[in-house]
Order: sequence, then structure tokens, then C-alpha cells
Amino acid sequence: MKPLGIYVHIPFCVRKCDYCDFLSMPVGNEGMDDYIYALLCEIKGYAGKFNCVGDRYGLSSIYIGGGTPSLLSADSVSMITDCIRRQFAYAYGKDVEITMEANPGTVSPDSLKSYRECGINRLSIGLQSVNDDELRTLGRIHDAEAFFKAFDAAKKAGFDNINVDIMTALPGQTLDSLENTLKAVTDLSCTHISAYSLILEEGTPFYKRYAGTDGLPGEEKEREMYHFTVSYLKEHGYKRYEISNFSLPGYESRHNSAYWKRNDYLGFGLGASSLVDNTRYKNTVNMCDYLKHPLSRDLFEENISLSERDRMAEHMFLGLRLSEGVSEEEFGKEFEKEIDEIYGRELSRLVTEGLLLRDGGRIRLTEKGVDYGNYVFSRFL
Amino acid sequence: MDQGRIRNFCIIAHIDHGKSTLADRIIESTGLLTSREMQAQVLDNMDLERERGITIKSQAVRTVYKAKDGNEYIFNLIDTPGHVDFNYEVSRSLAACDGAILVVDAAQGIEAQTLANVYLALDHDLDVFPVINKIDLPSAEPDRVVNEIEDVIGIEAQDAPRISAKNGIGIDEVLEQIVKKIPAPKGDPGKPLKALIFDSLYDSYKGAIAFVRLMDGRVTKGTPIKMMATGATAEVVEVGYFGAGQFIPCEELSAGMVGYITASIKNVRDTAVGDTITDASRPCEKALPGYKKVLSMVYCGMYPADGAKYPDLRDALEKLQLNDASLNYEPETSVALGFGFRCGFLGLLHLEVVQERLEREYNLDLVTTAPSVIYKVHKLNGDVIDLTNPTNLPDPSEIDYMEEPIVDAEIMVTKDFVGPIMELCQERRGRYVSMEYMEETRALLKYELPLNEIIYDFFDALKSRSRGYASFDYEMKGYEKSDLVKLDILINKEEVDALSFIVHAESAYDRGRRMCERLKDEIPRHLFEIPIQAAIGSKIIARETVKAMRKDVLAKCYGGDITRKKKLLEKQKEGKKRMRQIGNVEIPQKAFMSVLKLDEDK
Repeated sequence: MKPLGIYVHIPFCVRKCDYCDFLSMPVGNEGMDDYIYALLCEIKGYAGKFNCVGDRYGLSSIYIGGGTPSLLSADSVSMITDCIRRQFAYAYGKDVEITMEANPGTVSPDSLKSYRECGINRLSIGLQSVNDDELRTLGRIHDAEAFFKAFDAAKKAGFDNINVDIMTALPGQTLDSLENTLKAVTDLSCTHISAYSLILEEGTPFYKRYAGTDGLPGEEKEREMYHFTVSYLKEHGYKRYEISNFSLPGYESRHNSAYWKRNDYLGFGLGASSLVDNTRYKNTVNMCDYLKHPLSRDLFEENISLSERDRMAEHMFLGLRLSEGVSEEEFGKEFEKEIDEIYGRELSRLVTEGLLLRDGGRIRLTEKGVDYGNYVFSRFL
Repeated sequence: MDQGRIRNFCIIAHIDHGKSTLADRIIESTGLLTSREMQAQVLDNMDLERERGITIKSQAVRTVYKAKDGNEYIFNLIDTPGHVDFNYEVSRSLAACDGAILVVDAAQGIEAQTLANVYLALDHDLDVFPVINKIDLPSAEPDRVVNEIEDVIGIEAQDAPRISAKNGIGIDEVLEQIVKKIPAPKGDPGKPLKALIFDSLYDSYKGAIAFVRLMDGRVTKGTPIKMMATGATAEVVEVGYFGAGQFIPCEELSAGMVGYITASIKNVRDTAVGDTITDASRPCEKALPGYKKVLSMVYCGMYPADGAKYPDLRDALEKLQLNDASLNYEPETSVALGFGFRCGFLGLLHLEVVQERLEREYNLDLVTTAPSVIYKVHKLNGDVIDLTNPTNLPDPSEIDYMEEPIVDAEIMVTKDFVGPIMELCQERRGRYVSMEYMEETRALLKYELPLNEIIYDFFDALKSRSRGYASFDYEMKGYEKSDLVKLDILINKEEVDALSFIVHAESAYDRGRRMCERLKDEIPRHLFEIPIQAAIGSKIIARETVKAMRKDVLAKCYGGDITRKKKLLEKQKEGKKRMRQIGNVEIPQKAFMSVLKLDEDK
């Protein structure tokens, strides 16, 4: 039985953070209900839309992301999770990882309790930093205290698998302030930490503010912070299993891993991405279109059937993000070709450059290779 | 056709004074096209021309005008290119005319190019009548300009039509004056055929198409013809005249007419501009004067960015050459760039035009090496080599001395900019010859300049230092002994042959240093440090370093949007494709060309 992941996108926020270029819009009183309605429609009609039957899968994870899913009422969340449970009844096992993202500024002990009762068993809290100045700079709607309260309430509500998002390379951030954040998070014994470097995305207020200025930590500093994060978390028992993801043993995010391992996943909601039988889809990013035609195949923003070469490239550049790297044997099995037959030259060059390591039938990024990840990945395209 | 009803003319003007717009209006008003059919500028039909706002290939158009005297007149409007690189073509186009309309901007008055063009036209015995354009401008001073024309040029201008070509004002008067002031041709249809080729074009069905002005005689289908300079012979397949953008076949062309001849000629080289076509069975005594074999002045290497595209580049050059007799090329190889061609051009603009056409029309990605002129290398053993590729310079121990081409340059400039322009000429090793004031505010500077100092960016520098007011023309003078050295560039300790060039010993240091600086900006950071050095022989004269890249990683996840991630990687990889691998360093293609524009960052 093939594993399947389901992603549900909630494109609403109280306000958009200044660095964010994800698909989200400020929440209004109306619109949210219409959106949930369209979403349920899409989930009910998924088989036709994505040419796929749920029976042949085993559902492995559900991920409700955004935007800010914690803006949804518990009723809305349970409508979504119930709908998925019904539609994927045959695929539904006992052990499904169900994650929801939450913004500390939008939750309460009660809401967290009811989310837990809807079946959410993993929470992903967007903290970014425990330094209030940094949070303000980012345009976050909460302070550090709100996070601590939320985390505590989540524990009390019965969440024992919690991810905390943090960010590095923030304007004004120092190694000390980063250490404070890391310490605060590890002290809480959260099970999973995602540590992303701030990336300036065009079109964001941050881009206007910082592009071409020296207001952001430079490359050198950014790498220093990254390496510091890796070693700090390692000392505290968190293993880096992907370039930016760390967890206590056994708590790797199943949902995110599915992306790197190229398992099939269905994405529901505005602009959501799917991978089904080696076709990549992306839903429309136009809200009006989505609300009117959640099941339309004509409105796909993207509908790309992957060639063998595409699949091989993805296999490499996604697989290499994982610390376990790529297995030569698995590659051979999937593509019925030896990996060296396809990428021999690139591999040996990258090994010579000290960016890849080959041993025990696996290929991995070296520490240096992690720093130059894109350079390595682009070699496989 | 009665020759008395034919008017063969061109329009001359300073750049931007409205030549093309007036041409459009004439074509429009003579009823050949409706306004709707008019593209903005009918005569400039190459995309490239429109973007650059200059006319590259001369063209002609024939229209019919019903004059106030009740007669119908045939107007043959011959368009001329407007750049010094194409001076020869201009002179041949003028030779095909009997008169010229001089367009002068009512606000700006006479400009340098106006004068240069008028003198050129008068040299060809053309009758010139002026037209004052842009009278709709608030700053227009038509009376002042009329006086200026009479004072400076010395032609009657009191009854010059005052028009706005843009708004269609006064066009009727222009049409009437064409009839009245441009003389009718005076050829003899009874004499042997004598036709001037003023342009030619290659068509894959018809072969070379010669654009001609018949001076004497007549030509029809079946006439055996001979090109007097090239000696090529053929039998005429078709004759005709020029509609707007199309060829319209007719029975016969006779003395005084402008039209085209096709004769299954496979190569435009056989229909060289300036050559005389005559009847092979009844040749005229003497060819028309003024024919010149066009010589390449500037050479550079052109290489496909992707080595596998070499045959495509060869085919494209072959096709371009069919249409452009002044382009020549031969295969060469470079250690850095692989297989390519050394191509010869009339000048730098011609080079750029060819390069853009190859990229645009033939979809080729090119790497172009530094342009070079032809140096004469005198070896100790008495041999003299014409050097077009710096890489082929013999070992210095074998060289007695070298010579470089010198041009006679004329720069016309308003007096405020005389200082900066003289300074520029000095910097470019110019030798002052003379300065004359044409009138109170305008001076004509004469300099002798080494050609290799003007082929890179002299034109741009001239424009920027005179705020666009200077105009420039040059003519080959000859060769002179000069203290020249070959400057090599080493990237990561490896010599990159495609970046070598010949330079005067005195400017070598400066140029070497600036090239290193420029390359440092152009070469992306690698995983390792890259030294960039300039050297003369084994002596390093400048050095810069491209620092090692510290990181190249994207930590973000973008949900499951793998395609977005992939696109970022593809962009990165695409960037690499536009690079040339030299040793283990990747050099962007544009680095090869941008190092030439060293004056820009000053």
C-alpha cells in the first residue's frame, strides 16, 4: 500500500508578516465560511479532480497549514478532518499524523483543547524568536510570552508532539539572541524544531526594507548561525534529519518527509500542491476562481506530468536534503538504472569537490555540501 | 513611362529631425496605403531598426502622386542608412537620386549631421530643398531656422514648407515642391543599359535581388546582363518596382526608373552595391563612377555558447551573408571557446547589428570576443602578416615592428563641447589636425585617430561628453608604425585566449587594470578563490580576486510546492548554461563583451 499525505491550505492570517510571501490574505468575517465550503467540496470530489482513488493508499499524514489555520473554529477544523476521514475511509489507519499550524497570537486553552478533540495530534507553533524586538521587526502579531502560554496550554490540552518554528539570520539577530531562542525552545522539550534562515522574497515589505542594504546578517554570519543551531540542537538531543528540520528520535515529521521522499500527496485549498502518480498539480491561486470552481481541472495553475528525467532529478535534489541521503539501491530499483549510469560524472565531481559523500551504498551531503546545497542540487537537473 | 513624370529623391536629416515620419506621411498621402495599414514607420521594417531608431539597410518605395497640375507623378523615395559605418551605402543611395528633401527641426535648427548630409548630397549633384519640421513644438522658431539654412548652407529657404510630419500639417506643400523642385531624370532609353545597384537583398526563391536606378537604356525579362565590376553575368528573370514592403513585377524598366532586377543570382556578392549593370550583348562603354569594394575594418571572433550549435552558427552566417555583402567570416578555433568564426565588419555598429540578428532571428546564443582591427606585423625575416586575431601574434622575438590603421576623423561639435571632445581625442591617442568654426557656435575638429581606439566605445564616449551634440565621421587614412603589445588575461592562472587583445603600450596598464576590475564584477563567486590577472608576456601588470562563495543553500520548504523549488534550481542552472567553462572556472558570456565597454563606469 502506497503512503499518502494530505495537505490542506488555510490562506488567512490576522495580518501578513513582513517577510512572508506565502499565499495568504487578511481574514475577514465573511469569506472564511465560503472557503471552508469550497474546501469540503474539493475534498469530496478529489477522485475526479486528481484522477486518483484513495483505496490504493494508506493515509500517513494530514497537514493543515497556512496562513494561520488556528484562525479556524474547532467546528471548521472538525468538518475538514471528518470530511477527510469519510472520503479516505479505506486508506485511513489508526496511526495518522495530523498536524495543524498555530500562531501563538490566535490560540487559547479552550481552542487548543477542541483542536485536540478534533483529532489533531501534532501542533506546529510559529514562534520564530523569543526576542520581542526581533518579533516586532518581523511583523509578528504575538510576543514571546504569548508563545510560552500557548505552548503550556497545548501541553495541557494533550499535545505531546509539538514542532516549533524558529528563524535565523534576522535583522539585528546575534548569536546570543539566537542561543536564547534555542535554549527556550529546547527547555520546553518540544519534539521537533524547524529552523529556517530568513530569505528575502521579492514583493514583501522586507524586500523593500532590506534589499541592497546591509541591515541583514551577511552570508558569513548566516552560516555561523546555522552551524551554531545545528551543534546546539545536537547537544540537546535533536538530530538534524533534513537541512532545516530537527527532531528528538522518532519524531521526524512524517508529512514533510513525504515531500522529500516523493511520496504521493494531495493538496486541497487555494494554491495547494499535489503529487499524484508522477504528476504535479498546483491549484489556482485566484480566490474567486477557487471559490467558484474548486473541482475544476482547467484552473490548475500547474499540471505537469513528470518525465523519467524529472523524476530522477527530483529524487536526487529532494533526497539529498535528508540527512540519510539517497540510497543507490533504491534509485536502481525505482528507475531500473544504475545511479552512476545517469549521474556518474556529476557524482564523482561533487565528491571531488568535497560536497558529497558516498559510502555504504548511500550518497549524502557533507557539511560543506549543506552550505552549497543549491549548487549541488542544480547539478542533477 | 515619361521620364518627366518621375521624381527620384531621398530625405536627409539629422537624427531625430523626423526623416522617417515624413517618409511615412509621403507614402500615406500619395494614397498607396491607408492609415490603418501604416505601421508606425513603414520604411524601417526590421525590428532592430525600429528599436535603435536608425535605418540600417537602404530601401526604396514607389508611390503615385496626382499633382495639382492634374498629372500623375511617380515618386521613388530612396531611404538611406544613417550611420558612419554605412557611409558607402549612403553615397550609393544618393547617387541613385536626382534630388533630396532636407528636413530640419524647427526648434533645434541645423545640426552637425544636417551639414554632413547636405554636403554629401551636394557632392552628388543633387538638388536639395529644405523643409522645416516640427513647427507644432512650443519651442519652434521656423523664421530663425530659415535664416540659418540660408546663412549656413547657402540654399534658398524662404518658401520652405513649414510642416509637422507627426501631425500631418503641410504635407501637401511638400508633395508639390517635390514635383517642382526635384528635377526629372534625364537618361536616354535608347542607349545601352546602364543601371546603378544601390542595394541588394537575398530572397530564397528569387536569389539576389538588385535594387537599381536606371541611368540609360532599358531592361526586360530575358535581357542578358553583366555586372561590370564583379564580372558576373546572368539572364534577367523579373523586373519590377517597389510597393510598400513588397515587390511588384512589371514589363520593363527604362531610363530614369528605380526598381529591382532578379536573375537567379545565387549570391549578393555578385550584385555588389555601387556596381553597374549593363546589357551583356550591348554593353555601355564605361561603368558608373564611385564603385568601391567594401572592406572589413573590424574583426571579432563569434562562438556559439553551446559548442554543439557550431553548424547552426555556420548556416546562420551563410544566410546572413547572402543579404549582407559586407559581412565576411572564416572558421577559427579558440582554446577557451572551441570552434567558431572570425568575422569581419564595417564597424562596431555593423558588428552589433549582425550579432543581434544572429541571436534574434537565428535564435543563437553567442560569445563574442573583443573586436580587433587589422594590424600589420612586420617580421624580422621580412614577412608581413595581416593580423586579425590577437591570438595569432607571432612571438615578440620574431617581430621587427607593428603597424596599426589610422583614420582621418571629423567631429562636428558645438563650441561648448570642444574642450571635452579634444580631451577625449587626446586620451585616444588622437593627433590634432585642425579646427574650423563653421559658424559662430559650431566647430569642425579634425583628428587622426588610431582605428583601434574608436572601435570599442568611442561613439558612446563622444555622445556622452557632448550631450549627444557631436557627430562623427571617419575615413581610412593608412597604416602607421606603433608601439603595440598583446595583453593577455589569466583567470585562475589560465590564459583565456578569447580575452587577449592588442593595445598601445602606454595604455596597457590602465586597460589591464580596468579589465581585471570588470571581470571581477562579471565572474560569479565559485567555491574557491579565483585570481584574475592581466599580463604582457610573462609579466603580470594587474590583479584582482573573486572571493570564494560562502553559501548557496535554500532552507525554505514552500509546503509541497516542489516545482517552485525546482524552478529556482533551474534558473541557477540556466545561468550556468550562459557560461563558458574555462579550466574549472565558469565565465558568463557577457563578460567577454562587457570588458570592452570600459569607459562606461568612469
